[in-house]
Amino acid sequence: MAKTALQFRHNSSDVAIFVDGGTNLLVALRELIGDMTPKFGCGQGGCGTCSVLIDGELHLSCLTLAETVAGRSVETLDSLKQGPNLHPLQRAFAENFAAQCGYCTPGMLMAAKALLDRNPSPSRAEVVEAISGNICRCTGYEPIINAILAASGDRASA
Amino acid sequence: MTRHRGRGIASINYPIGMNLGGDPSQALVHSNPSGKFTVALSSIDLGQGMKSVTRQICAETLGVPVEDVYVDTADSDTGPHCMGSFASRGTHRVGNAVMAAAREARGVMMEAAAEELEVNAADLETDGRGNIHVKGAPHRSISTKDVAIAAQFKQGKTIAGRGIFLVPLSNVDPETGEMSPATCYAHACLVAEVEVDDETGEVTMIRMDSAYELGRALNPRLVEQQLVGGAWMGVSHALYETPEPYYPDPIHGPRDFVEYVMPGPGDVCPHDIAVLERPAPDGPFGAKGPGEMCANPVLPAVANAIFNAVGVRIDDLPITPEKVLRAIKAEGGARPQARR
Repeated sequence: MAKTALQFRHNSSDVAIFVDGGTNLLVALRELIGDMTPKFGCGQGGCGTCSVLIDGELHLSCLTLAETVAGRSVETLDSLKQGPNLHPLQRAFAENFAAQCGYCTPGMLMAAKALLDRNPSPSRAEVVEAISGNICRCTGYEPIINAILAASGDRASA
Repeated sequence: MTRHRGRGIASINYPIGMNLGGDPSQALVHSNPSGKFTVALSSIDLGQGMKSVTRQICAETLGVPVEDVYVDTADSDTGPHCMGSFASRGTHRVGNAVMAAAREARGVMMEAAAEELEVNAADLETDGRGNIHVKGAPHRSISTKDVAIAAQFKQGKTIAGRGIFLVPLSNVDPETGEMSPATCYAHACLVAEVEVDDETGEVTMIRMDSAYELGRALNPRLVEQQLVGGAWMGVSHALYETPEPYYPDPIHGPRDFVEYVMPGPGDVCPHDIAVLERPAPDGPFGAKGPGEMCANPVLPAVANAIFNAVGVRIDDLPITPEKVLRAIKAEGGARPQARR
């Protein structure tokens, strides 16, 4: 099958890759670019751990055709950490024990970032809504919700 | 349509570890020339914090700062043998093995320090900050790093220790049927409050209150995170999850997370937890460990709460809306029990 040339912004760099038709963005990121931070969970859009931001909006990379991000900006978890400094959300996750096995964490962090980028002081209900597409098997969600509220710097409740 | 509230309680007595041909775990501890220590294990941390806990146990036993200990869980090809991370055995079995290994390594470390300071090893103590000094004379001191270097490059000693913890197989007495499958038990009690919709059969968690007795909590925050999260694994087993909803008939098995249902962030309810610490005589620093017990009392408590709410006794998990509705129908309607 003929490959398609694809250029887009990946975190802070411009990338150019060749993809087969039908390649999804998750595979393109992990296997062609080597960014392993978005995880493969169910591959069906049911678990949320592959979540990335496309032009600032939350998307499931496993259900996104790679070709549709041509010329757009894709942010993954890899963009959060600035050198040795954790992003405030990452720090809050660590301080609130919001990860155990950690498999959902990349998706949770991206969903949280998408929320805080558009709503810097969300209510508890808004946090719950924002991560409702993400499944966590270990934490019982409570520590994750608390971490996002702590990172928002505004603990207003619903 | 009516929503009925109900409350259920369950208490459990939970054995730590298992009894299939004996239950051993091994650990190796050695110092590096930097004066830091490595704990080699083949036990796996699933995210509940065994690496942190064994690191604390090793540092405390050696008498060095926790920062000076690195836990390498390697793999089962290269690490000393472990039965595995299950049956809530990690803290108790692996912790004890690490403690034994660290104790042996500490003995060599103190001997090496004694040789450098030209004193008797029995007169030395660690300060927990990376130094070894003569009791009552803190100025007669040597750092663990200098001891490690002296042992390696001057004395030709390995500051290392081996540890194993074994709970031997307990056979069943053919006369009485008696056995001792575990050496220590943890305990828990949980009250679940639910709301049952008698038209849809849906069960909503309203709140949980629990008390867990798990020996000494070596790392209280890790204990808390396990109890908070584990309770929702229990709820999930009680109400949602199953690979075979019509077991033993394999039909209608779930194919994705829409059909294999799990609680989402919108389903969680308040959960008040009390941790009671009654140190276990044979636990590392008295620890038993939370483990699977986090989830166990939730299932019977939820089943009891559903009975309390609508008067139907369902003993087949998970308690899906379908089962609740069929049971209510069989009873000729919801029969709320006395509020408890």
